[in-house]
Amino acid sequence: MSELVIETHQLTKRYGNFTAVDSLNLAVRKGEVYGMLGPNGSGKTTTILMLLGLTEPTAGRIRVLGFDPVRQPLSVKARVGYLPDAVGFYDNLTATENLIYIAKLNGINRTEAYHRIDEALERVGLSHVANHKVSTFSRGMRQRLGVAELLIKQPEIIIMDEPTLGLDPEAARQFLQMIRELKEEHITILLSSHLLHQVQEVCDRVGLFHKGRIVLEGTVNELAQRVLGGAYRVKLQAEGDKQKLAEALQTLPGVVNLHYNGTNGSGEIILETTQDLRPEAARAVVEAGGRLQTLSVENPSLDEIYAQYFEEVDHGAAN
Amino acid sequence: MAQQIKQPTTIQPAQSRQQVAHRTREGSPWTGLWAVVAKDMADHLTSARMRILEFLILLTAGGTVIAAMQNIRSTVAQDRFVFLRLFTTAQEPLPAFVGFLGFLVPLIAIALAFDAVNGEFNQRTMSRVLAQPIYRDALLLGKFLAGLFTLALVLTAIWLLIMGMGILGLGVPPTGEEVARSLLFLVVTIFYGGIWLALALVFSTVFRQPATAALASIAVWLFFTIFWGIIARLLAQAIRPIEVGTVQEVISQTTLLQILNRISPNTLYVEATVGLLLPATRSFGLVLPSQLQGAILGAPLPLGESVALIWPHLTGLVAVTILLFALAYVLFQRQEIRA
Repeated sequence: MSELVIETHQLTKRYGNFTAVDSLNLAVRKGEVYGMLGPNGSGKTTTILMLLGLTEPTAGRIRVLGFDPVRQPLSVKARVGYLPDAVGFYDNLTATENLIYIAKLNGINRTEAYHRIDEALERVGLSHVANHKVSTFSRGMRQRLGVAELLIKQPEIIIMDEPTLGLDPEAARQFLQMIRELKEEHITILLSSHLLHQVQEVCDRVGLFHKGRIVLEGTVNELAQRVLGGAYRVKLQAEGDKQKLAEALQTLPGVVNLHYNGTNGSGEIILETTQDLRPEAARAVVEAGGRLQTLSVENPSLDEIYAQYFEEVDHGAAN
Repeated sequence: MAQQIKQPTTIQPAQSRQQVAHRTREGSPWTGLWAVVAKDMADHLTSARMRILEFLILLTAGGTVIAAMQNIRSTVAQDRFVFLRLFTTAQEPLPAFVGFLGFLVPLIAIALAFDAVNGEFNQRTMSRVLAQPIYRDALLLGKFLAGLFTLALVLTAIWLLIMGMGILGLGVPPTGEEVARSLLFLVVTIFYGGIWLALALVFSTVFRQPATAALASIAVWLFFTIFWGIIARLLAQAIRPIEVGTVQEVISQTTLLQILNRISPNTLYVEATVGLLLPATRSFGLVLPSQLQGAILGAPLPLGESVALIWPHLTGLVAVTILLFALAYVLFQRQEIRA
């Protein structure tokens, strides 16, 4: 187990009677990409602001890289890069000028700053507009400029709030690629989002936020196992005795559930399993005298987990 | 930290670091201050808003000084302080330059600061800037100083311009005392601007809309410029009415009126400039015969005496500025950063 770089203990933030973050225990390991998921107003942004020392917690303890953001905010902010949601820049300044200001605030000397800025703009693909005013930039370009800002800071941790919100699919794809590249440099990344399929693509672990608490945490597959029962779905189409096939498949070790896709008999059989059971399923079909036509496996999507979970929560609340 | 190294090592280093950390806030609150000042000043100096104000103030300076010079030449006065009269001489229909400044300086100061804080929120740059290793202190003070330095720069340029025009137009160099007095006048004017700068900063922290902040600042300015004088007179008449008409009653009402009037920064500024630029000024209130004993009427006061006369005004201007800035500071520290 690698060391923890972000740790909160019973972290609480109240605004009057409203509890935005409720006894939150968050732990992020060095080098991982952690996704904070949850509907709007579930306490994600408030948590992020407390991690950066921009909002004071009502109660609880925080450690970021061993520092307390309440008392040592400068040390924390010097090592953590933050990309807020709907990031803004000074419209009357150029991309380079905006970055120079940030470099100055970080105490980076001038020559080093120019060097890093050139490099960062090159990397996010904005070199050609380095001396254009930011007012001419699109949403995607601003977001990339935000990443360039993170790069010149050379942080150990990057925190991104809804980074892909409002990006077109191509821009979002490029952005996720950038996150993967940062991960390869062993930078710890904490990102919040409610665009689940994108989070699923890049996150090592996710935490599901609900009313200021983490209600579920783990890898996507672990969550699937807990919420949906099975982490994998083996889909197959086979000809033969339906009854016999079903019996043979259902008795395989690791099968949680079996159901049919579609109403008529030719529909797919879907197995929810705890592991990838394709070889076993294929053998079972053949041994039961069936003819296997298609066989595939898919990881369940976070969307499903999310929907299922909140359905249960709402159902529980209604009772 | 040095003290703790000397102590016997019964406390573990991690614990001791934590204790230190809990007592004080880490680092200087002014980290990054000059970066903020430089950036905001560059913004001010390149903004269209500033160009308009510079044009306005140049026009005023040129107009009033040329008018004043015509007036001075025509009177052929024997005046030791002919240069100072460049600032104070009015020629119909124009008021004197100091009169104009009383209007213009608040306007410039408000224009420089009314969107200082809320502008950052509206551009969504606030959270990004504060996520850098600086405190809010540095951001707010940086914005204030950037405004003050810009104001100082503009006013100093105007001052030099007027002095230059004076030398060319009047054909005599200013005396040392004239330079000293007009420099002090420049300093007072900058501090006077500081009040309005701090006021606009307060409103820019309170209101999210820059237009609202500008309007609120201008409302306060109008209140003090136009209405406070009337209100002060009514208040003085109500609190200290003249019933019988004794000298005591008149004096007490006038004194109260003066105190009330001085609540307005405009009064403080006008009195301070009068004290500096008209060296014959001995007092701003009623002058009793006993105070004039031994005085030569119309004789100028030495510079030191004039400064002593306006010293309370100067400290008053600075004190109000500090109070207003402190208010903005408290409001800003308590503000939630999320937009």
